Amino acid sequence: MQTQTNNKRTVVVGMSTCNIAAGAQEVYDLCRKTVEEKKLGVEVRITGCLGMCYAEPQVQIVEADGTRSLYCDVTAQRMGKIIDEHVVGGVPRAQWIAKYDEGETKDLMGKQRRIVLANCGVIDPEKIEDYLAVDGYKALRSVLEEKNPDKVIDALVKSGLRGRGGAGFPTGMKWKFARAEKGPKKYMICNADEGDPGAFMDRTTLESDPHAVLEGMAIGGFATGADEAYIYCRAEYPMAIARLYKAIAQAEERGFLGRNIMGLGFDFVIHIKEGAGAFVCGEETALMASIEGRRGMPRIRPPFPAQSGLFGKPTTINNVETWANVPWIIRNGWEAFAAMGTEKSKGSKVFALAGKIKRGGLVEVPMGITLGEIIHEVGGGTGTNRKVKAVQMGGPSGGCVPAELFHTKIDYDEVTRTGAIMGSGGMVVMDDTTCMVDIARYFLDFTQLESCGKCTFCRVGTKRMLEILTRICAGKGEESDIALLEDLAKQIKTTSLCGLGQTAPNPVLTTLRYFRHEYEEHIRDHKCRAGRCRSLCTFTITDACTGCLICARNCPVSCITGEKKTMHVINQKACIRCGVCRDFCKFDAVVVG
Amino acid sequence: MTIDLARVDAIVARKGEGPEMAIPVLQMIQDEFRYVPIEAIEHIAKTTQMTEAQLYGVATFFAQFRLTPVGERIIKVCHGTACHVGGAVGLTEAIEERLGVKTGENTPDMKYTLTSVACVGCCSLAPVVMIDSTTYGRLDRKKSVKVIDDLES
Repeated sequence: MQTQTNNKRTVVVGMSTCNIAAGAQEVYDLCRKTVEEKKLGVEVRITGCLGMCYAEPQVQIVEADGTRSLYCDVTAQRMGKIIDEHVVGGVPRAQWIAKYDEGETKDLMGKQRRIVLANCGVIDPEKIEDYLAVDGYKALRSVLEEKNPDKVIDALVKSGLRGRGGAGFPTGMKWKFARAEKGPKKYMICNADEGDPGAFMDRTTLESDPHAVLEGMAIGGFATGADEAYIYCRAEYPMAIARLYKAIAQAEERGFLGRNIMGLGFDFVIHIKEGAGAFVCGEETALMASIEGRRGMPRIRPPFPAQSGLFGKPTTINNVETWANVPWIIRNGWEAFAAMGTEKSKGSKVFALAGKIKRGGLVEVPMGITLGEIIHEVGGGTGTNRKVKAVQMGGPSGGCVPAELFHTKIDYDEVTRTGAIMGSGGMVVMDDTTCMVDIARYFLDFTQLESCGKCTFCRVGTKRMLEILTRICAGKGEESDIALLEDLAKQIKTTSLCGLGQTAPNPVLTTLRYFRHEYEEHIRDHKCRAGRCRSLCTFTITDACTGCLICARNCPVSCITGEKKTMHVINQKACIRCGVCRDFCKFDAVVVG
Repeated sequence: MTIDLARVDAIVARKGEGPEMAIPVLQMIQDEFRYVPIEAIEHIAKTTQMTEAQLYGVATFFAQFRLTPVGERIIKVCHGTACHVGGAVGLTEAIEERLGVKTGENTPDMKYTLTSVACVGCCSLAPVVMIDSTTYGRLDRKKSVKVIDDLES
């Protein structure tokens, strides 16, 4: 939806954190320099992330008629050629262009249904004009013109939208509670403290389409009667914060935020609060304590934030993705939203695919699709000859769903039945080189560090669980450890105040449920089949070895010997069991013993 | 160590004196001094509505705040789930070996501070390392050492 200023091509460079990490800054600088030096008169613009992080940096060349060519894996060198051949010469480099109607891109995009991500990687997130060109702020205008907050809430309730932060509480109901509260002062909060490791949906949304979130918040403010809002964004997302500041300033300048919005008599101010690095601040009462300048520790509910929240006032709190759905629902009607999905989970859900997956990035799929469809069809499986073993959903609060259960539908209740949770949308795919005991240990290490310390069982219990898991991974596990883990898990779940503690044992419980044999192998046989727990594995090279030298070259302790084209040998005494040789071997010749 | 308290006053004047400003004020103090000097906390407590207990409580609760000086560059090895699965432990070992320090330490010449971070949200490029505000993705042991070698040259 680029506005064409003249009859020329436009170069659009993806400039999100992920694109830049992949090298987009160099590509962008080269574009600007070349266009200026050669006086090409071509417009160079930026956009956010298309979700295809596996093929970044990405550059789109937009023709005068609006057709787009999407170049993937662009390097500065390739960019030079693209400018010469396509931008100047008019001849696209077909082999570098992703085609939406065939091959990989079709598999990736075919099953997606984009509401939240619709503008991501399409519009320039730093230009409000781009957002306006895709019907931006129209939903807010229509709501303010109609002046009927109850109708807005009714639409949200009927749409079936549930909180996308993980818990899945019906958004319309939350708004209804806040609206029912009397009093002149109410607050709105956007929870952008995306702390789950493995999740980056909110980062991308804020970096790629910040106005959608602002518009959603203003609509929510009008519906519940709030005139002030906070976006609580984690400090680890500097680009998201910068683009939010820019977006708020532009929206205020144009009269979409601030006093007397669009001359329709509604005031709504949005502030940004930078988080300071505490996972527990994703919990709503801890988040509010942090905005108030205190240690981010949760408190007992009730009172719920809708009754007494920020600074003791009624507060509505939703996460980034939830807010970003709101303008779409108002524009397209609740019926269109409710038509998607399953009986109790409506609309679409954004997932962040990472780990051992071919097409890592962000995808937005309709509710009701199966896990298998997302991982194998949309994500393309592991992309290696290894098999998918499990997917970790919901971060430290979630669990590992084994490949046998990939027929599970994306639906809040169905996912919960597996022992995992829908969560905010992180999906980390694991293959047979991932040790499930090590993963459980990893998450307990995380929750134990992030526990705020208020509840004894969360503070001490997670630490004890971590000690047991560390012991098992070191080959010092005892037969009674599994029962002890289960007992501790139960106690932590029942005696913790907030979601962090209540769900902290989930990674252990789900791995025990589906991968109990791995725990038993660690304890009884002193064996880690995945080759991750160093005290419990050895690596040997089989006769599948072609003598290509790649393992020997990459071994950090140089303990692999062998001539070219002859079988290599690992010196077991010097080997540190890091597994680098196996990662590099293209012939599956390194095996775990 | 003594610090220039006028710089602290300027930050408080800009951000505000109310207790709800504790985190933004400490964040700016850290931007200014690259860590939160204990003298700054004592000074703010004397001159504003914020108390020493509140400020120290906040500064020790949140992972972002550092109470000791740091090196010129901060190297953060991401330990998100995707990075963990992708070999963050190995990267850490390689970088620790390259710099001769453990995670959480400064190099003796105060050039680098090596830390870990829970997740920087670049999971599709895992494993990643963030140096100051630049993110380096798709690393392995060798490449991560090379990133540091390149900084040196």
